[in-house]
This record gives sequence, C-alpha cells and structure tokens, in this order.
Amino acid sequence: MEIKLQLNGRAVCVPDVAPDTTLYDFLRAQGCASVKCGCETSNCGLCTVFLDDVPVLSCSVLAARAAGHKVTTLEGLQAEAAEFVGFIADQGADQCGFCNPGFVMNTIALLRENPDPTDEEIKAYLSGNLCRCSGYEGQLRGIRRFLDSRKEVPHA
Amino acid sequence: MLSIQNYLRAESLDQAYQLNQNRRSHLLAGMLWLRQSDITVGTAIDLCDLGLDTIEETPEEYRIGATVPLRRLEHHQGIAALTGGAVEAALKDIVGVQFRNMATVGGSIWGRFGFSDVLTVLLAADCEVELYKAGRISLERFAAMPYDRDILTHVVLKKTPGPMAYHAVRNARTDFPVLTCAASCLDGQYKVVIGARPGKAVVVHDEQGLLKEGITPESARAFADYAAETVPTGSNSRAGAEYRTHLVRVLTQRMLCQLADKEG
Amino acid sequence: MPENKTKYVGTAVRKKDSLQLLLGKPVYTADIAPQGALVVKLLRSPHANAMVKTIDTTIAKKVPGVVDIYTWQDVPHNRYTNAGQTYPEPSPYDRLILDRHLRFVGDPVAIIAAETEKAAHKAMKLIKVEYEVLDAVLDFRTAKDNPTLVHPEEDWLPLCDVGGDNHRNLVASGEEKDGDVEAVLAGCDIVLDHTYHTRAANQAMMETFRTYTDLDRYGRLHVLSSTQIVFHCRRILSRALGIPKSRIRVEKPRIGGGFGAKQTSVSEVYPAFVTMKTGRPAMITYTRQESQIAGSPRHEMEVRVRLGADKDGRIRALDLYTLSNSGAYGEHGPTTVGLSGHKSIPLYTGSLEAFRFRYDVVYTNLQAAGAYRGYGATQGIFAVESIVNELAEKLHIDPTELRDRNMVRQGMTMPAYYNEPANACALDRCMARCREIFDWEHRYPVRDMGNGKVRAAGVAMAMQGSGISGVDVGSVTLKLSEDGTYNLIIGAADMGTGCDTILAQMAADCMDCPVEDVAVFGADTDVSPYDSGSYASSTTYVTGKAVEKACAELTGRICTIGAELLGCDAADVTFEGSCVRAADGRTVSLTDIAYKSQVSNNCAAEVTATHSSPVSPPPFMVGMAEIELDKLTGEVQVLEYDAVVDCGTPVNPALARVQTEGGIAQGIGMTLTENVTYDAAGKPIESSFMQYKIPTRLDVGHLHVEFESSYEPTGPFGAKSIGEIVINTPAPAIAHAIMRATGVWHRELPITPEVIAMGKADED
Repeated sequence: MEIKLQLNGRAVCVPDVAPDTTLYDFLRAQGCASVKCGCETSNCGLCTVFLDDVPVLSCSVLAARAAGHKVTTLEGLQAEAAEFVGFIADQGADQCGFCNPGFVMNTIALLRENPDPTDEEIKAYLSGNLCRCSGYEGQLRGIRRFLDSRKEVPHA
Repeated sequence: MLSIQNYLRAESLDQAYQLNQNRRSHLLAGMLWLRQSDITVGTAIDLCDLGLDTIEETPEEYRIGATVPLRRLEHHQGIAALTGGAVEAALKDIVGVQFRNMATVGGSIWGRFGFSDVLTVLLAADCEVELYKAGRISLERFAAMPYDRDILTHVVLKKTPGPMAYHAVRNARTDFPVLTCAASCLDGQYKVVIGARPGKAVVVHDEQGLLKEGITPESARAFADYAAETVPTGSNSRAGAEYRTHLVRVLTQRMLCQLADKEG
Repeated sequence: MPENKTKYVGTAVRKKDSLQLLLGKPVYTADIAPQGALVVKLLRSPHANAMVKTIDTTIAKKVPGVVDIYTWQDVPHNRYTNAGQTYPEPSPYDRLILDRHLRFVGDPVAIIAAETEKAAHKAMKLIKVEYEVLDAVLDFRTAKDNPTLVHPEEDWLPLCDVGGDNHRNLVASGEEKDGDVEAVLAGCDIVLDHTYHTRAANQAMMETFRTYTDLDRYGRLHVLSSTQIVFHCRRILSRALGIPKSRIRVEKPRIGGGFGAKQTSVSEVYPAFVTMKTGRPAMITYTRQESQIAGSPRHEMEVRVRLGADKDGRIRALDLYTLSNSGAYGEHGPTTVGLSGHKSIPLYTGSLEAFRFRYDVVYTNLQAAGAYRGYGATQGIFAVESIVNELAEKLHIDPTELRDRNMVRQGMTMPAYYNEPANACALDRCMARCREIFDWEHRYPVRDMGNGKVRAAGVAMAMQGSGISGVDVGSVTLKLSEDGTYNLIIGAADMGTGCDTILAQMAADCMDCPVEDVAVFGADTDVSPYDSGSYASSTTYVTGKAVEKACAELTGRICTIGAELLGCDAADVTFEGSCVRAADGRTVSLTDIAYKSQVSNNCAAEVTATHSSPVSPPPFMVGMAEIELDKLTGEVQVLEYDAVVDCGTPVNPALARVQTEGGIAQGIGMTLTENVTYDAAGKPIESSFMQYKIPTRLDVGHLHVEFESSYEPTGPFGAKSIGEIVINTPAPAIAHAIMRATGVWHRELPITPEVIAMGKADED
C-alpha cells in the first residue's frame, strides 16, 4: 500500500509499503537512524517518536495507521533538542547513547506539556524510557540544570 | 512475527462489524498486544477514523470511546473527581507514558486480560460496555462472557456516587501487577475487585452482609478473610498462589479502610 | 606527571561523542551498515539437551528470497571459545559454529541467510528437524559427576590447566589458601556458616548483539560489530572459520552498551560465516529475546562462607566454597569464579589470620554464561559482605564499626590477593565519609513509619581490580598532525564508558594541549595498536598508562625534530606544548615541527606505546542503602543509596560518577527485580523486557556518590579503575536493610515482595 504522511515537516509518499510494516521500520528506511529499537515488547521507550505531537512507541504503531498524520523524530527536532542536550552531556549522562534519542524525545514531550515539572513528575513521565548505563540520576540532574538555566534567563 | 495481509480503515461501524465476522480479520486497538503475536491477520480493521476517541459527558454518565487512550482517561478531571483518584492510581504505573498514549480503553477492556489494572478499577466503578450488536451490558457481565466477534464501541462510567480505592502490588514499579485490588461503596453497595490473581479480575460482593454496619477494623478484617477464602488465586512467574491469597487479605482490608477514611 | 599539574585530568570534560549520541546521529552498527545486506537469522533449539537426528532444509530453501541455509554438516570442525580473553584462553574450546549436539534452549541449529527478514522467518518455520531429546542437567548443584554429560565429545580442548574435566561436567576447579583455616576456625568464639545464591543476571545493554560483515576491496572479511574486543574477536573468527588473521579486519563503531556482554563474541561468527560462503554482505541483529536467552549473562553462583571471629568482632578466618554455573559452554567460567574469592576475602586483610577458597565450575544445559560487570566479585561480595553483616547483628556491633576493626588499609599486603600491596587504599576514609553523608547514626536504627511501613538501612564494602595483572596489554598510537594537533589511536573499546575521552584528557595533559586537539579513533584491528580490549576494569589503568608512555616518547621525538630546527642538541631543548624551547630561549612552534616532520625527515612524529602491569590495584567502595518496606505486602522501595568510592584519581569525575550511579542501579535491579528462572524443560521464562525487569527510574531511589581519592603510584595520574566495582555493594547492603526491617536474612537473589512477605525468620 501507499503511505503518505508528513515526516519532520516534509511530505513523504512511499509506494508499496507492506501493511504490517511498523512505523519504526518505516522511519529507519526513511533514514531516521535516531529511532532505535531496544526490546520489541513496548517496554523500553527507545523507539519514541511523536505522532501528531504525542509521544508513542514506533515499534508498536503500524505505518499504515500513521498515514495522513504528522510524524516527528529527533531528526526533525534538532534545534529544540540542542537547547537541552548539552546539559545531559555536562553530566556525562549520555553514556552509551543508545537510549538517548527516545529519552530526548520524551523529555521534549514532557517539557512541552509541563514546562516546570517537579523531580517526581519528571521520573513518572520518563518511567517508560529505560536506560541501563546511567542509573537515571545524571539524566535527572541534567534536566534540572536545564530547567534552572531557563529560569535564570528572564523571559522576553 | 505478526503478519498482516490487508489494512483497512473502517468507514463505519457497520462495515467494521461485517469485515470482523471473518475469522481471519482482526480489530486494531493499541496494537501493543497484537504486535507481539506470531499470527497472520487477513484484514486488520482500524477503527481510528470513527470518532471513538472522545469522552462524552452527560448528567448521568461518562461515555468513553473505545479508542480513547489510557492516558487520556488517566488525566480526565471529571473521572478523577468521580473516582476519588482511583482510575489514575490504577493507570499511572502501566509501563510508561508512551505506552498509555497508545493502549486504548476498548482494547484493554475487550481483552479482559488477567493482569489488567483497567478492568479491575472499572469493575469497581459502576460501568457498562456498549457493544455494536449486543448493546449495553454491565461490565461485570461482559467480563464473564466468552470472546465473540462483536465490537466494543464504548465503556460507560455512571456517575453513581461513592468512594473508591485502588492499589496494586508490583515486583517492579511499571511491571505487570502481582495482584490488583479495587474497592468501592457506590450507593451504599460495597464491592471489592481482585485482579491479576493471575486470572481475570473477579468481583466480591458483600453477599453475607459483613459490612452492613459499615466499615470498622473488625468488619474490614472479616470481609478480607471472606475475600481471601473465596477468591481463587494461582501461581505464575511473578508470585505464587499462597502469597497472592495473602495479598487478597491485606489489600482488601486496606482498601476497605481507605473507603472508610474517604467516607469520613 | 605530578598530581597537581593537570588541566584536564580531574575535570568533568564532556564525552567526545556526546552530542552525536544525544542528537541521534547514525553512529552504531545498524546505522552505518550499508543497506541490502543479507538478513541472517538463527533457528534455535527448543530443547535443553538434544541431538539433531535429521535436518531437512529443502523446502525452506525454496522460499523466495532465501539465499542459503546452513546446518552442522556445513561448518568447520574446529572447536573454539567465544570468550574474549588473552591467548591461551582459560576458557575451554568447546564450541562449533553449529553443533549436532544442542546443549541449551536457544543453541543454534541452523543459519538462515535471506534477502529479507520475512523470508528468513518463513524459512525458519519450514526447516524440518528431528531431535533426539536427551536428559538435561538443569540444576547446577547436581551437575558435577552427573551421568548426563553436557560435553561428552572427544575433541573438547582446554588450552590451560584450570582443573576442568568434561567427563565430570567440570569447566574448572581449584583451591587456594593461606594459613590453617580449620585450626583458626576451631579457635574462634563464633563461627557462622551460610550459603548465598545469585542468579544469571543479564547485562541487558540497550543495543542487543549485532554484527555486519562483508568482503572488503581486497576480498578480506570485514567485520563491523558491537564488540568490546576487536582483537580477540579477530582471533576467534580466525579459528572458528579456519582462515588466517591477515584475511580478517574487525572494527567497532559506537557501542550501545556492553557491561561485559560484548566481551564474548556472541554474534560475529554467523554473518561472517554467511559472508565467507556467499561472498555477500550479511547482518545479524539479535532480538531482545535472543539477547536474553542466548547471550552471555552473569555466572549463577552459590557461595558457601564460613566466617570465624572473636566476641569483640575480630574476623579471623574466612573459608569460601563457590559453585559456579557456566551453562552449556565454558566462556569465562574458569576466570569469573576466581573473583568470587579474590575480590571479597582481601577486604578483611586487616584482621584475617587464615583463609581458604575452593571452587568448582560446572557445565549445565542452560544458557552459557559470560562476563558481566563485577565478573564473579559481585557474587562473592554478596556472600562475604552479607555474612559480615550477619556477624555484626549477632554480636550487636554496629556493622560499620565492625568493618573499621577488620578492613584492609593502605600499606597492608593482601595474602588473598596474590600478596599484592594496597599501595593506595582509602577504604577507611570511604567508610567514614559515607557514614557522614548518609547520616548513618540516625538512619541505621529501624524506624516505624506508622502505616505498616518501616525504614531501615544497610551497608556493604567492595573492591575490584584494575586490569588483569601480568596479562592485559594496553597500547596506543599517538601521531602529530601538521597543525600541531594529535591523533590518538586506540584498541580499547569505548562502550559508552567514556574511555575515548578520558584517554584524550590524559594525552592533553601530557602534551600540554587543549583536549579538543586530541582526536581519538578506535577500534579497528587494521589500524589500532594491539589492546586486549575493554574489560576487567583495565582501560583507564592499563591503556591510560600506555597513553602516558606514548606521550613521553612522542615528546622526545618532537624535541629531536625541534632541536634539529633550532640547530642544537635534543638534550638541550624543552617541550612546552605549543613549542620547543632551546636553552638560549629561542623557540620553534609545534606547527613548524609538525611540518618539518613531513619534509626530509627520518624521525617519525608518531609512536606506539604498550603497557602491561604486574599488579592490579583494587579500587574500593562503601555503599549504604535506605529502604522503606511494607511489612505485610513485602513491597520495598530504595529511598536513597549513598556511595563513596576510592578509584584512585577520578580522571573525569562526571563520568566516574555516572559509572557509579549506573552500576548501583544495575545492582539494585539484580537485588530486587531481575529474576532468572526456567521451566521444567529448561526454557527461560524471563526472555524479554516484559518479564526481565531492569529498574526504571521509579525503582532506584535517590543516588548520591562521592569520591575519596587515593593516589595509585602504578596508575596513570594516580588512577585505578571504576567500571566494575560499582555494581558490587547494592545486593549485600539492601539485603542487610531488608533484614533490619523484617528480621529475616535473604541469602538468595532477587529478593521479591513475595519472599519478603512470606519470609520465615531464620532458625539460628
């Protein structure tokens, strides 16, 4: 089947997509290498993308269902991510990096929804983003420093 | 590996129903469970264009569309107020935000999964389901029905007043529950629901009138003993039957005491 | 280089790859492997112990898109080991690429090469196999001298004498001692005797095993793999495939986590075999399920400890017997077991009069174990630290004070650690500092929270090594570029740990240049100088020292070239980072020297230096856990975990801190949620992240890490190691806290709500 959707602000039309193609496989084939797969059982959060601005697990969405909708991957959010990720790098919490795109995507979703979250709100929102390297504390510190830095800059 | 030969977005419930009469057809909900099955689906029928993703409110009830994601239910302020936060308590530890943005109310209830937090908490509420052909029936009755090829279109949550409480024990915070327990006293009727036994949730009614004088530490204990005696439990990789029965007793007593606190 | 003259060592430099990783750039194996490679899938055994009676691939091969299917009849007959270890490997050569004898549920039966994943899956279902199902050894306690042999074959080949015997299901066995442990135990006021059981926890790195292979422009086998051990991998492939090493190139891109899993060559041989057979590019990507059931997890161990002490808490004797379950193959079996004694007993060097350490490592028909962070130390430390806590409870002595009286201290010689000296040991300071930041005095007493919940605390110490003494080799090549910047080429493997960065920090300090001016590349067997690889907590300590050596040598060469330009003797110039200065004050810039090195020059402006250490200085650590426990449901929440680490000089405190926090989180998972069980037929239950529960950020509590530095004279800039020790304290500390809350010692992991709620008080 033919799939038309908006990917990172660009209209994409792909012919001959098998009906059981997952959005994850579709996006990787479209060159969105940031999207990772860590589990195949919807548990790890590595494949997080936005479907109409809502964070979902692309490994468990049919590309066919995304047809006609807006899909955003980290490739399409480089500027918004760049504001934030340096704070994670400063903590050394990027570590192996394999979970980073999903983590960064879902953090962006969190901060769009709740610009000033508490630590408990951060942990709850990101609980579906597994990380085996960092123990999570460095990620939390990085987010907290980022939020603090935003508060230091008076809003125009 | 899941194989799908044909994908179709239904244009009407009737079309979806007709297509679904074929045994090789499959209705798509959140895809979270289906995705892991090693089956071949002839036609995957997607209900996403049928406007079933809204929660309608009337003076008597909330009518929750089958494709409403769990996370929207979790954050619904009216439902939170009605259930005293019990629905949110039941949903918030299900895997993660992205998962709950995908898993649907209809998929969760239709599946009648043993591990279901959703089924447990909604059984404790005053709920009905709307089936395309069979119409409205109580959730308790639906939970006991065999799987057929009807379509669940809505879950109806009635605004019957009364306190509710929910707790699930988990080995890890976002894991499947080891045991779920919801309690309610709606219109003066006490109900305790036990799920993840690990079988499908069951409702324990106060048929013996153990709580007819209200909840006291003694009556709560007596009802907890009764629940522990009557609710069958089993073993799986997460826990054994003996521990689960122990939890039935502990959680039933605690949830009843919470009801009493909420009744104030 | 003196401690106080560093600009980068000791500072939190960002990882060199951090923005590439955080912005999701294509840097991992699957991101950079060319499209169009054959998809390689493995048909795996459904039985724990079986022989392939017949296998028929005729119909499966007819599936459109299937290129070929290989069975045991198609592979070379050279037994080999997948263990990434220095030759001759202590692990026995007990594998074939495909064996007619299948030894665990998940052992490969056939290799399928297809154009698409769908075709491979379809073919997998159409391969007809007739199995002769054999009795299986599923309980490692019954493995030794069991009539059922996991490896009955005659060509089983041990390269080293480690006490193994395939006719007894023994991978290895041995005994070490110092003093007369029975005599000392007989004279003790109190003797405790308990057995502790830890399971085959899985590394669960986020990137599963995966390998891409093709033939390069010279027709050589090119292997792009997520591995910690490029050189060992090349040797393993050479033996398994029967081709010379000159025809193999192995390189690693960025790695999505390893934790030791990728110190075993788990996935490389299958696509390599397909590429050699077909001449075509091939790629294997393990599913999470395959990584869980056919990976290289921790060795399940049962450690029996006898501890003898005086009434005043002086620990006089330790006697350990470790039974280790290597599973179906022997990878890392003979070596992991050693650490269960070598990295636990020496913690009590302060008072110990005698010790004995005996062990057996057995084969079973379960998933083969491998190397997981801690490598046996984790299992041994759970046992020894737990029994020391049990002693404290028995004697009503504060467990931190009890340790103060017995712990190893700087300057001591450690008889249970190859008589190595503790040149740098701040364990005493770690304990004092941890007590302070944790507020041990107030948190150790059990507090009833009034809602059925209690709060309680526990403590544990740990040590590890820094590389394998007398074995590990670290090498680096350092090259001067014409603009005065450097290339540092390494064979060690950054798997997220940050070794590329910390080695560059060291080089920058040695060469007195900005860390940005040191470009790091690794690892590639065609390009990198030989390095054992990144494991055994070796890279900072061993390869770091090679960086120091390379920098010193290159400085000498720069001075030689500079002196030539200045027209003076090399002995009369000094290197100042950006220039070389003559005794009379004249200078020549590094850039000019670099350009000179490219014109009419006979002195290479690059050096390769190698380092190996005769010792393996232990890092030390203290961890303290506070938990809240529901006495009726058994639910337990870690509220806070504080740790103080002595890793010598923390080269990059941010990375060392995150290593520590990550290790603690893994330790918490192993202690509370990561179960490993099998059904009656030996099929693993926890075969996905749905069943195998690694901690989420809601499960770990607040982690707080500090450093109490010592200065290790044999390490680069005084550094020891950090990577592994950090996983060792949570199990004993949390088990301790749970006992404080419930009165019940749990000597088996994981400690689930069920075992807590249903736990019966100990009889003694």
